[in-house]
Amino acid sequence: MIVGNRKPFEEILEMVKPFKKILLLGCRECITVCAAGGEREVGVLASELKMARAKDGQEIEIKEFTLERQCDYEFIDQIKPFIDDYEAVVSMACGAGIQYTAEHYPSKIVLPAINTTFLGVTLEQGVWSERCQGCGECVLHLTGGVCPVARCAKSLFNGPCGGSASGKCEVNKDTDCAWQLIVDRLKTLGQLDRYEDFIPAKDWKPSRDGGPRTRVREDLRLC
Amino acid sequence: MTQSNIERLLEKGVFVVTSECGPPKGADAEAVRKKGSLLKGVVDAVNVTDNQTSVVRMSSFASCLILKEMGFDPILQMVCRDRNRIALQSDILGAAALGINNILCLSGDHQSFGDHPGGKNVFDIDSMQLINTVRTMRDEGRLIGGEELKGRPNLFIGAAENPFADPFEIRAMRLGKKVKAGCQFLQTQCIYNLEKFGKWMEMVRERGLHEKCAILAGVTPLKSAGMARYMKTSVPGMDVPEELIDRLKGVPKEKQAEEGVKICVEMIQQLKEIPGVRGVHIMAIEWEEKVAEIAEAAGLSPRPEA
Repeated sequence: MIVGNRKPFEEILEMVKPFKKILLLGCRECITVCAAGGEREVGVLASELKMARAKDGQEIEIKEFTLERQCDYEFIDQIKPFIDDYEAVVSMACGAGIQYTAEHYPSKIVLPAINTTFLGVTLEQGVWSERCQGCGECVLHLTGGVCPVARCAKSLFNGPCGGSASGKCEVNKDTDCAWQLIVDRLKTLGQLDRYEDFIPAKDWKPSRDGGPRTRVREDLRLC
Repeated sequence: MTQSNIERLLEKGVFVVTSECGPPKGADAEAVRKKGSLLKGVVDAVNVTDNQTSVVRMSSFASCLILKEMGFDPILQMVCRDRNRIALQSDILGAAALGINNILCLSGDHQSFGDHPGGKNVFDIDSMQLINTVRTMRDEGRLIGGEELKGRPNLFIGAAENPFADPFEIRAMRLGKKVKAGCQFLQTQCIYNLEKFGKWMEMVRERGLHEKCAILAGVTPLKSAGMARYMKTSVPGMDVPEELIDRLKGVPKEKQAEEGVKICVEMIQQLKEIPGVRGVHIMAIEWEEKVAEIAEAAGLSPRPEA
């Protein structure tokens, strides 16, 4: 799923400074699961903003609303009946949802309340961890199911750098060395000999380096 | 064969000596010459670091040329952190065109350690792929994109390896991959733990890698017990045994530098005896004036004519 963090409160407060009526728009997908921008977080942020503005004598009216998915044409129209009652939308979706809302309502100011960070997993209650960078050409079959692109700080394809110590990355002692994980997994699978295969320079075209990407399934299109 | 001095000497069976020169944080060519003058006649080739520890310095390429003018055979260090395959290959061609004979292919320290931690890293290719790139350009006369070259870069190809980093068991395999990719000489991380280095060399010999690639053992003299402690605890992938720190602590503070040099000389003498070690790489970081003394005391002076 996509993981994000709510922006610092002061930054959001500063963004909404010019407005008296805002629509605070959450999303029930990934950003709810990572507890950053779901219905609950919408409620919390609305209360915080109202309190801070009341304290400054600058009351603010906030409509709280949470869409099933902000990134999907099927749901984005749900806010159409009332969006014009508000001066701005503060979106608590990921970067995709924020932009999708903005492109559907071109004359509306749409502000981000979330810093979108990574594609990852829930390791345990309250802990999320990066796993994928969407590079467009998966190599997990070669690397024991552990991604060197997303999980090695240098995205190295042919083994660990010289800074790997006791299974940890030199950049952060709390981060596992991806190549330690790869080697451990290859050993468990009885495939350590695979490590000796040279992996040539990656083609980054299918990644973002090839430009923004669009996927089309002609067979599913309605027109 | 390339025009490389160390390739020629290694071919003749000479135990080679290399050292390194870190370019200055500024445009002062004199600073490079000053460091170079401390190494004149002491080494067979000199590495020039490429923005080491991700701190911006004069480029390795430019500093190599300054040292070449002084009569050195510079080793151009090239990291994958700052340039993509287009820029790397372009610099390889330029370096070879201007008479640089050696290249050391590295991944590069992560930028978070340096003076621009907010910079974006590149890592388009890794060090292993860079080795393969240089080899492809030199031996096949083409770029990795396939385009043919007019004039091949005739470079002696090297790499670095840290025998002390984890996972230890694949460290020799990793060198094997580098050799397969085209690595001809290897400089190791500074060695303080001789026993562990010995084990690594055993794995290297078992695979016959020492015959395909010249292993130059890396050493760095310790200035004090404090520096030894710092290296042990704060430099990733560094293995400094406690006995060494105790030995330095055992002498008065003002004598610790002298003791550090002594330890370094003893280390070189022991390394020379290890089968497969074909040279030594003395990295006296910001202490270049000690390289001559160390080489002399280790019986590595004078050097053969370049």
